[in-house]
Amino acid sequence: MAEKFDAIVVGAGVSGLAAAYTMAKAGLSVIVIERGQYPGSKNVMGGVLYRHMMDEIIPDFWRDAPLERPVVEQRFWFMGRESVVQTGYKGMEWAKPPYNNFTVFRGKFDQWFAKKCIEAGALIINETVVEECLIKDNKVVGVRTDRPDGDIYADVVVLADGVNSILARNLGFHREWRPNQVALAVMEVLKMPSERIEERFNLDKGMGATIEIFGDGTLGMIGTAFIYTNKEHISIGCGTLLSQIREKHIKPYELLEYLKQHPIVRPLIAGSEPCEYYAHLIPEGGYDSIPKLVGDGVLVVGDAAQFVNGIHREGSNLGMTSGHFAADTIIHAKKIGEYDERALSHYRDVLYNSFIIKDLKKYRNASHTMEANPKFFNHYIPASNKAMSEMFIVDGKSKADRQRLAFERITEGRSKLGLVSDMLKIWRAVK
Amino acid sequence: MGDIKIKVNIEDRLYLNRYAANTVSHLSIKDQTVCAKCKEKPCTDFCPAHVYEWKEGRIVAGFEGCLECGACRIGCCHDNIEWRFPRGGNGVQFRLA
Repeated sequence: MAEKFDAIVVGAGVSGLAAAYTMAKAGLSVIVIERGQYPGSKNVMGGVLYRHMMDEIIPDFWRDAPLERPVVEQRFWFMGRESVVQTGYKGMEWAKPPYNNFTVFRGKFDQWFAKKCIEAGALIINETVVEECLIKDNKVVGVRTDRPDGDIYADVVVLADGVNSILARNLGFHREWRPNQVALAVMEVLKMPSERIEERFNLDKGMGATIEIFGDGTLGMIGTAFIYTNKEHISIGCGTLLSQIREKHIKPYELLEYLKQHPIVRPLIAGSEPCEYYAHLIPEGGYDSIPKLVGDGVLVVGDAAQFVNGIHREGSNLGMTSGHFAADTIIHAKKIGEYDERALSHYRDVLYNSFIIKDLKKYRNASHTMEANPKFFNHYIPASNKAMSEMFIVDGKSKADRQRLAFERITEGRSKLGLVSDMLKIWRAVK
Repeated sequence: MGDIKIKVNIEDRLYLNRYAANTVSHLSIKDQTVCAKCKEKPCTDFCPAHVYEWKEGRIVAGFEGCLECGACRIGCCHDNIEWRFPRGGNGVQFRLA
């Protein structure tokens, strides 16, 4: 099997497939190596795929790809023990082609995307683990797989091996992630008839909604819970920084069950049938955790490069765009016949001028600020719930008294100056 | 916000998934004496598949139910878990999500 390709892509997730598709279309010989039985079988995503970035790789993909529902409403819940403060946006411009984003099942979508790669000329090998990068003269020249005689050679290796990216770590591109650089998320997919989903979520036929939940959905730990609508399933999950759930000694599946039984959540999912249970790490380190991205004969894309914008729950779009950029760089490298770090560093330059690194840089302090100020999650969210309750109670007290009570709920246990300083901190972290 | 009173039988959750059974464990404890000294044994709580259990003075890794998230690799306070991907085609095979 000691064949030589123009490029080897490790991992058939959306980042790797975006790279493979773009290179194959340009006529390069590409092999994708996937450890699961089929692309998507090891991949876990809450479920929102953004249309624009995928359209740049396969124009009008949404006419053909297996998608669940176009998202027309994005809700945000700030949840207390038995209450919720809500905001969000619903817009019918998202109900029309070309749409803004979709819920998807990666088990289906990635198989479709892989088929497109094969049609474009790429080779996809499933059920194969890449154990290490082959190195010659300090340059990556291929990979060693767990198959007999499983060495494969190429001019460039694209590491799209996901959040655990042991290959990039072994190359010394990053140190082992720390527990506060990753979120541990668990999720269940629940079966529910499509008409019932549409009734419960107030949706037109075929349209979808997402709910991001802050506060009690993660018991005040830094993280989010979420509920997404699919065609005939609901995805429900929660994720917190691994450092936080470890410290609290909470079992993730019991946190998920707590969410499912929460009085605000329970009526939405009542009568549904669990189908599958998942766990996944989400890279949350942001800008300051981006590893070395380019070496001699090697590039890192997607989750392996920590390309996740946790504040906006974006990841797959950053991943596929990084895969696209990596492919463009390799296509150019082939033209000039040079694959060293200098030739491939174009990838890094393009990334730093794109939304990917600009967005990660914008929020570089957000995660640290929240970690240093857990009160944003465990004080202000319950307090805002109590304040809203005070505002809406009608009991003969004057409105001025009611507003004073509401404000006291927010400032309970802290000074007004402290409140101003906290608000400034959160503003600075996300501005 | 307090603690969770709910108990979940994790077997019921894992039973929903399809696994291509591993014949060999992809998880191993590097040094059991480190686990014996580890006060909190957080892996027995945060592992979402409840792979790790403290039984008769040692940590047992029930790798068959592993969801391959990698949390134990990063979350073990003593870097005492040897974590590999299962062999190609083995382990959990998700159909949806």
